[in-house]
Amino acid sequence: MKLTHIIPLISLATAVYAAPQSFDFKDPKGVNNAVFKLDAPLESINGSASGISGTVSFDLENPAATTGKIVVAAESLTVPNPMQKEHLHGANWLDVAKYPEISFETKSLANVKTDGNVTTADVTGTFSLHGVAKEITVLVKFTYLKDKLASRVPNLKGDLLVIRANFVINREDFNINKGQYEDKVSPTIDLSLSIAGAAITK
Amino acid sequence: MKRVLQILALVAALGVPAVWLATGANRGWTKTSVPVKTLDEVTGIEGISYQKKFLPGVDFLGAGFGGAAVLAGASLFFRKPKNKNQQKQ
Repeated sequence: MKLTHIIPLISLATAVYAAPQSFDFKDPKGVNNAVFKLDAPLESINGSASGISGTVSFDLENPAATTGKIVVAAESLTVPNPMQKEHLHGANWLDVAKYPEISFETKSLANVKTDGNVTTADVTGTFSLHGVAKEITVLVKFTYLKDKLASRVPNLKGDLLVIRANFVINREDFNINKGQYEDKVSPTIDLSLSIAGAAITK
Repeated sequence: MKRVLQILALVAALGVPAVWLATGANRGWTKTSVPVKTLDEVTGIEGISYQKKFLPGVDFLGAGFGGAAVLAGASLFFRKPKNKNQQKQ
């Protein structure tokens, strides 16, 4: 075999090996969650959302090129008090019937640092809530778990990507009762995302 | 009737805070479900699921005291029953 034949083969093999993987965040175990906390002077509201989906394209060799979109089904937002939940989903607050999705879509990554299988980066992207899209920057931690999919889902082989992020948004930025009820419903919302995505290998 | 209302008011005034205290003295609103955390050992993620459980809060306490006050107040509209000796006189 001539060298001219070998070079394209090597290039192809390298390209396949280095290609970013697509991780699906629809978790069959239902563990993925987003936690929200609103701490107002008169009332504290804590809850979580489990309806998470989306895909992220990630390459451990080139994490700065990470792209993706994570979607949270607004209907899945839950608080332990049934009346609070009804108000939260209702037309006066999140209006989940009209705005069924809360999402974050990446635009760019900065300050990318990788140590072993852990990468941290300032991810800038578009956060959409209550029909309003706003660009925000979030510190995100990516943990790449090679060949760990089988440990979670026995019949599947592949890799896992765990994403963790904590950030704060202002509800007034998303037209959610701007300047109202601030003694009971905090204007700032603490969000904490802990999700795992799977990339199946054959 | 007066006596019955007074007893019911007393039961509400004592029973409701007793139930509230016995179930953990939740200082928030009444909850009908509680979050249960489970650790996914592979990813280290703490999953959150909700388990149905009635956890009375301050609104339950307020309703209990309010109910007791209404019952006690209503008892004032009933006259004290006269005993038989008084009825003969």
